[in-house]
Amino acid sequence: MKIITGNDLKTGDVTWWTGSDWSRHVEDAVDVGENFEAIMQEEEAARRVNVPYVIEAEMTEEGPRPAHIKDRVRALGPTVRLDLTLKPADPEAGNRVV
Amino acid sequence: MYQYDKYDQQMVDTRVAEFRDQVERRLAGELTEDQFKPLRLMNGLYLQLHAYMLRVAIPYGTLNGKQMRMLGHIARKYDRDYGHFTTRQNIQYNWIKLEDAPDILADLASVEMHAIQTSGNCIRNISSDQYAGAAADEIADPRPWAEILRQWSSFHPEFSYLPRKFKIAVIASDEDRAAMRLHDIGIQLVHKDGELGAKFFVGGGMGRTPMIAPEIRDFVPADELISYAEACLRVYNRYGRRDNKYKARIKILVHELGKEEYTRQVEEEFAHMKTLGLNPPVEELARISEYFADPAFDTNASDDLDLSDPDFNLWVDQNTEKHKQAGYAIAVISLKPTSGIPGDASSAQIDLMADLAEQYSFDELRVTHSQNIVLPHVKKSDLYTLWQKLDEAGLAPANLDLITDSIACPGLDYCSLANARSIPLAQKISERFADLGRQRELGELKLKISGCINACGHHHAGHIGILGVDRKGTENYQLLLGGSAAEDTSLAKITGPGFDEDGVIDAIETVTDLYLKERQEDERFIDTYRRVGMAAFKEAIYG
Amino acid sequence: MVEAIRFRDDDTHEEPAVSLEAFLDQSNATAVRIEPGEDARLLIPLLDRLALIDVSFPAFGDGRGYSSAQILREAGYKGELRASGDVLVDQVAYMRRCGFDAFAPDAAIDTKVMEEALGRYDEVYQGTTDNRAPIWKLRHG
Repeated sequence: MKIITGNDLKTGDVTWWTGSDWSRHVEDAVDVGENFEAIMQEEEAARRVNVPYVIEAEMTEEGPRPAHIKDRVRALGPTVRLDLTLKPADPEAGNRVV
Repeated sequence: MYQYDKYDQQMVDTRVAEFRDQVERRLAGELTEDQFKPLRLMNGLYLQLHAYMLRVAIPYGTLNGKQMRMLGHIARKYDRDYGHFTTRQNIQYNWIKLEDAPDILADLASVEMHAIQTSGNCIRNISSDQYAGAAADEIADPRPWAEILRQWSSFHPEFSYLPRKFKIAVIASDEDRAAMRLHDIGIQLVHKDGELGAKFFVGGGMGRTPMIAPEIRDFVPADELISYAEACLRVYNRYGRRDNKYKARIKILVHELGKEEYTRQVEEEFAHMKTLGLNPPVEELARISEYFADPAFDTNASDDLDLSDPDFNLWVDQNTEKHKQAGYAIAVISLKPTSGIPGDASSAQIDLMADLAEQYSFDELRVTHSQNIVLPHVKKSDLYTLWQKLDEAGLAPANLDLITDSIACPGLDYCSLANARSIPLAQKISERFADLGRQRELGELKLKISGCINACGHHHAGHIGILGVDRKGTENYQLLLGGSAAEDTSLAKITGPGFDEDGVIDAIETVTDLYLKERQEDERFIDTYRRVGMAAFKEAIYG
Repeated sequence: MVEAIRFRDDDTHEEPAVSLEAFLDQSNATAVRIEPGEDARLLIPLLDRLALIDVSFPAFGDGRGYSSAQILREAGYKGELRASGDVLVDQVAYMRRCGFDAFAPDAAIDTKVMEEALGRYDEVYQGTTDNRAPIWKLRHG
């Protein structure tokens, strides 16, 4: 599957395209197929996202898993500071990224 | 240390207003990201993996308690309660909001600080010897020269869209503690016929094509410093490569032209530049130098030290350096605890270091390119109390220059350029070699880790270097041996095929074991490596 | 083509700028256009003939034109020095400091934003061909 990610313009937060809006959680990301250019252009022009790009991902039981480690780190947060990630209570979260 | 006058203050205040306006135009959609990016970068604001990142300049690594406390305040108010001290003697914050950035710059300006030109293709923060003004071996304090260069390079209209970033370091002793020859311009202050001047080295750097800067001029007088630097920069701005980002640094230009031809062009430009009235008079250097006069040392201070506490003894032995003033020492606070993140400090630790600087070090701190903090002027009779307070806050690892005092870039945990994580390696190595007796047995060993070819973790200059790469989507680590950023500058070589995380740590253990076996007398790791050669180490690692 | 911005009192030079190569071959041209990779110093012996030098900025991040401008002004050129191409409003102040006195940007520049930018900094740290007194000179008279 293909999903779109970017950063929030004001806060810099990592965000994922949900089909109608942007979410901080990769679990909410939807498959955009080949329809990504138009979405990215429109959303960036409206400043609802900054520097969006499309990535490959795989659907798993926990939701979309980005193909590249860099985007998996983005989806979680720094593996060396789990307390600052989106899953602070899950000690294994960092290992699943690798 | 230097204090702003009304002009300096006005410049940084105006910059805050300018950037506030630029941010507003970006948020209102009047600037595209492409147009805004160079503007935010010239104010130190990156867009990183998780958020915006702000890099704050700490000119030549020197700051006072009030400034340090402001860095703690920013960590608390605008970030997630910590900051990361970098290999350019700066600090960066990982979780900044664009809409807060102008307020942060305003807070910084209130204590004579800024983030000007901490990124972008311009002249970056000038770095220097972290022991400047305290070192027993310096011929002069290099910081007034660095400050002259800071002012000249700030808002430089001709050199703000260079082919690539540009880094300058200034030192004033034969021992090089600032990786001077791995800079675009390295300056060493020297005497000639009783006059103080600058020896210029141009075209060094790390990155994907590491080079050691050759000397291009043995003496530039103080009142021609700026015109000579202008000449070096103009030749680069005109002829540095712009067709390939990875060949755009000045080192490639100097290499491709050859040192002689580059020097000839600089001299020709210099002859012209000298006539343009670009140089501040010597009175300006004198004015600035007054701010760097020695603090009021107690000339009766005793050199005696009670070393009966064995842990204190270890810390004094490892983490203090000889001061030029009898009865004083330079104390280094290691930001490399076992399992810690190299260079990270919490706001509470930052505040504490600010307090300790005020109490024990004439209100001065330094940031080192090895990501540690220095209290430059500590009375020996205060060392024990100081150490106790540091130890309580987890700031007294006695590992300066030992294998666990590693440099590590932020790596893939934070950086959008990285291919592999660096910090977890530094952490695991610090755990594997946690025994201080074992570390001390290995002696001085500079371990430097980069998470990509851009070499922010200085892996080329490590006695042992590690370079993280991406191998078909997994993290892979190459091992390098034989680099040095000191006066015996050398570039490390790759041992062979890479390893996974545990594999590279095993390999490090193999090479340190071989060193212990082969070592003669008091050779350091790097000395044994240079004598024995790569082959024996390769054989030990790969069989 | 958006309207050029000029900081000169004389009339706009009407003759189109020729390439550097053509100019060096052709003795009667009075306007020349130089590209980032071209050597502005080649014009120095011929400055008396020139009323307009157009310095091209194909991409705003390519800063070679700033040095070209400084070199021409340092050599005493008094005619119109125009930055054209990918010139952004936030660059105009530095370009003015390097001696440009006319701008032909590809995309329109908001003159209000430009005026604010030009008036923003009261002082400067370094000497350039705009001859503003650097701060060190103000300090030492």
